[in-house]
Amino acid sequence: MTAPTYDLGTLHGGLRLDANKDSATASELAVMPVPKQIVLPLEQHAGDPADPLVGIGEHVLRGQMIAAGTGALSAPVHASTSGRVVAVEPWPIARRRGEPGPCIVIESDGEDRAATGREGAIDYGALEQDELIALLLEGGIVGLGGAAFPTAQKLSQARSVPIDMLILNGVECEPWISCDDMLMRERAARVVGGAQILLSALAVEHCHIAVESDKPVALEQLADALGAAGDNRLTLKQVPTIYPSGAEDQLVQLVTNREVPTGGLPTDAGCIVQNVGTAAAVYDWVHLREPLISRVTTVTGPGVKRPMNVVTRLGTTVADLVAYTGGYTDRARILVVGGSMTGRSMSTDRVPVVKASNCILVLDEPAARGPVLPCIRCGECAEVCPIQLLPQQLLWYANADDESRLREYGLTDCIECGCCDLVCPSHIPLTSTFRFAKGRILELEDEKARAERARRRFEARRDRLGREAQARTRELKEQKARAKSLSKDAIADIVRRKRGAPEDDR
Amino acid sequence: MDFERREAPYVRAGTSVAAMMHKVLLALAPAAAAHVWYFGPGLLFNILVAVVFCTGAEAAVQRLRGREARAALGDYSAVVTAVLLALALPSLTPWWVTASGSLVAIVVAKHLYGGLGYNVFNPAMAGYVAILIAFPREMALWPAPSMGDIDYVRPNVLQTLWYTLSGQLPADLGFDAISRATPLDLMKTGLADMRTVAEIRAEPLMGDFGGRGWEWIGNFVAIGGFYLLVTRVIRWHIPVGVGIGLLGPATVLYLLDPGSHASPGFHLFTGATLLCAFFIATDPVSAATSTTGRLVYGIGIGILIYAIRHWGAYADGVAFAVLFMNMLVPLIDRYTIPHIVGHEKRSTPESNEAAP
Ligand code: SF4
Ligand code: SF4
Repeated sequence: MTAPTYDLGTLHGGLRLDANKDSATASELAVMPVPKQIVLPLEQHAGDPADPLVGIGEHVLRGQMIAAGTGALSAPVHASTSGRVVAVEPWPIARRRGEPGPCIVIESDGEDRAATGREGAIDYGALEQDELIALLLEGGIVGLGGAAFPTAQKLSQARSVPIDMLILNGVECEPWISCDDMLMRERAARVVGGAQILLSALAVEHCHIAVESDKPVALEQLADALGAAGDNRLTLKQVPTIYPSGAEDQLVQLVTNREVPTGGLPTDAGCIVQNVGTAAAVYDWVHLREPLISRVTTVTGPGVKRPMNVVTRLGTTVADLVAYTGGYTDRARILVVGGSMTGRSMSTDRVPVVKASNCILVLDEPAARGPVLPCIRCGECAEVCPIQLLPQQLLWYANADDESRLREYGLTDCIECGCCDLVCPSHIPLTSTFRFAKGRILELEDEKARAERARRRFEARRDRLGREAQARTRELKEQKARAKSLSKDAIADIVRRKRGAPEDDR
Repeated sequence: MDFERREAPYVRAGTSVAAMMHKVLLALAPAAAAHVWYFGPGLLFNILVAVVFCTGAEAAVQRLRGREARAALGDYSAVVTAVLLALALPSLTPWWVTASGSLVAIVVAKHLYGGLGYNVFNPAMAGYVAILIAFPREMALWPAPSMGDIDYVRPNVLQTLWYTLSGQLPADLGFDAISRATPLDLMKTGLADMRTVAEIRAEPLMGDFGGRGWEWIGNFVAIGGFYLLVTRVIRWHIPVGVGIGLLGPATVLYLLDPGSHASPGFHLFTGATLLCAFFIATDPVSAATSTTGRLVYGIGIGILIYAIRHWGAYADGVAFAVLFMNMLVPLIDRYTIPHIVGHEKRSTPESNEAAP
């Protein structure tokens, strides 16, 4: 059974890219043994870093919470194996492209003993929505598609507005990445089960599982799992293979034909989007009682000897993971966490695999692409932009640092998908220019906010001084009026008193 | 292991400006061959002169601006400008005329405005207009197309070369013997003499559509144009726009009064219409930006071509039409910003600015 492609919305532009996925999907999911050392960053999610609960020397168990979420947007971190905490210290992390961030380092004891007290699946149907969401928060579940937004908070936000649809994102449109594909092929039932739990948490009646048309095996497996589940709230939807159909807002547009308003969220279009990997993690936590301590990660690219998809314990360093798959080839030059369009390039492979690490892509030296020429306004970039921006105009105004024009031409709507960059015949690094310009705009906004605060403080002070001055004049007048009605002696007295008075501090 | 950090995306489509220009040159080859077939080898000398002066000027200006000359020549845009200019000239043109046009195109129209990517005006058309005004006599001498006429004398290669170098014809060849009015000239003067279109079309120079020779060159230009469309060097908006803008009024007026208005087919296949639609107006740098903008830009050019041909002082209006629309580009761009996904639909920039 295959899923029909029906009533899809349209996407402007986009690209048909070489998928480069076959090498990594040729073999089954491999399960990597627990490495000697596990490095768990406290910042594995969007929001505030987690707060360590354990000290150096402490012994921890697999699945034990070792850092708690703090603040409104955060998620806890769990030990991904049993062992001893040897350090809580800065370590290179992927979020900072290889610069150090706070981490808990665990030395594995080789026993991989699980934390106790979590026996038996949870009957989630018996839980209130709030309780279920709190449970997901406790499991440390975050979006596994790459953005790592804490799932519980996303669900809570969605509950505060009217939504009618859950979209499960199994599109995986970025070249090279195939972790979701493999997950759907081999663990389709868990994906479907997770979707059912998410529907309960949201109290929503419709879920579309969206999968790209180039994943026939995954579509088949999901169709089977759906048949087995017999839940008519869930439908499978096949979307065309075109980059970036898997970007959140673009997927909403494709599946529902609704545009997510500028600066808004999919919930503003009545939808919430969750990655298929997230759904499987939800299932693992609720049914198997295992918090988010491992994930499927694709290891691929011309820079690795044996591309494959690996079930990896979080905290495994990229160096260990690549060594497990067979090591680097001698063409390895660039290390990217993520895909070839939007992934982040790292300075070192000491960074650990975290909740967001969907792909370790090792590239060789890209062929010299020729000199960067001025923009010839060919319009290719505008032709492919999924947001229908005019990148050539944005480039012009970014170079001129013209903030108001940049806003007018929608810089803040740019999703940094890289399409424009890829096709530019003048080889202009458009995406990084926009990334930088966006940062500038935010900075300016900050500056403006600061200036605004300073201005308000200044005005308040000016008003205060004005009021004080008025009060003084009034007082003086009153004094004069009083003096007129007094005798000469009394006046002399006052004068004497004034002269003798200590200097005014003003 | 340590790695070098790069910026996403890490892949490229493998396109380049030079590759685009190569395709444009390739696409022009059939038309150039047809041109040589019908009008003699003069085009080849003109191309040679134009290429030498355009690339020479490009290199010199780059040097003056303190840049690597080789990098600038590597994009082949100067060569394309040269070939387009040469294709617009009569096949018998003295070298200094071609050279002047080349220099104006590269030095004035291109580099005074900042070089590749910054020029407001289409360089080839700016160069063409400059020499049209400066050398009206030389620019009016079109040899007759070789269509087997008995009385037609065709200058041979040496005679053509000699003319290109000296501006003189051998004593035994008179201008009257070799040159003919272009079909557009014929149409214009004929109509001015109150002859009907049917009478004018009976002239031996007129072919089935746009004049003998001309219509065939037009066909080959169109073949090159379709090649550019298929290989996505150009998009359809500008050619279609030019077509609509030119053929719309031509059809309406022809249907109303076929006696004094040439048929749309004549307009399409004569003069530089097709060259303009596929190769000149599609110069991205001096065209409008968005797809809607490009359609508007093309339509504007088409209408202006018709207006100049029909009511203006010049027989063909392509160059003036393109240059005039070049000036309107900022305005067109301002009013044709596409709808950004997720934004309210908007009609004018004003309404957009009003809403903060
Ligand atoms: S693709 Fe590059 S050269 Fe073409 S318009 Fe866009 S930025 Fe300019
Ligand atoms: S990176 Fe931004 S401007 Fe470029 S195509 Fe993507 S959304 Fe459009």
